[in-house]
Amino acid sequence: MSFNIEFTGEFVAFFSLAVCAIVGAVMALNFTKVVHMALSLAFTFIALAGLFVVLEAEFVAFVQVLLYVGAITILMIFGIMMTKHQGEGQEPSRPLLETLGAIGCLALLGILIFAIRDANFPADSAPLPLDTTREIGKLLFTQMAVPFELVSVLLTVAFIGAVALAKREEDPQ
Amino acid sequence: MNMLASYLTLAAVLFCIGLYGVIVKRNAIIVLLSIELMLNAVNLNLVAFSKYGVQPSLTGQLFSLFTMTVAAAEAAVGVAILVAIYRARASVNVDEFDELRR
Repeated sequence: MSFNIEFTGEFVAFFSLAVCAIVGAVMALNFTKVVHMALSLAFTFIALAGLFVVLEAEFVAFVQVLLYVGAITILMIFGIMMTKHQGEGQEPSRPLLETLGAIGCLALLGILIFAIRDANFPADSAPLPLDTTREIGKLLFTQMAVPFELVSVLLTVAFIGAVALAKREEDPQ
Repeated sequence: MNMLASYLTLAAVLFCIGLYGVIVKRNAIIVLLSIELMLNAVNLNLVAFSKYGVQPSLTGQLFSLFTMTVAAAEAAVGVAILVAIYRARASVNVDEFDELRR
């Protein structure tokens, strides 16, 4: 596969958003305070929502902002506030584990990139329907109705379970 | 350059950063957030294939929506377990959550 780059609008948008996403993720691992890490990952999630817009998946991008940036990051920040983080940033460094982890992750990345470069992708493809949100709605209530209901049951069960787990147990005296 | 390959490469990079965070970090909240980052990289793959795949269709976007729902459930239960463990042990350090091993 050749890597000759044409500077189309999509490529420029992809490149800037990709840089934002990677910078957010790398900074998240470098910060010492937990809140900074969570906010940096929120930046990554916003950049990924922008990438979904570039990919013509507006509804998924909207759900991404709503769910990841709005719900999950805030939930994590609540989790940070409910637990104490004394002595953060002074954790003893574990060079062996960090080196092994970095080597493993880089090896996986190398394998993945090698496989991606090696694969044959279709050159051109048929366009998606224009109004993707309407089509997703139709699919969710016809073809995908059963998975949709299953997922809502799963969400209900998970949230009831979360409340039951996090509830303070009363002292039996 | 094929756009699909670029998206897949970006997703691979994000996935590996998330994996590194899961392996190396000791704070349980950061581990949970890194898992979310890995799930998000997978979502990016699904949406990219839904536009540039062999048969472009909305199924990829639908699957990414289901993945996001499961990720939300996972985050909620994870934070609840974390709060419960913190109440019992006053620590969010994953190295100290080893009760099952003793």
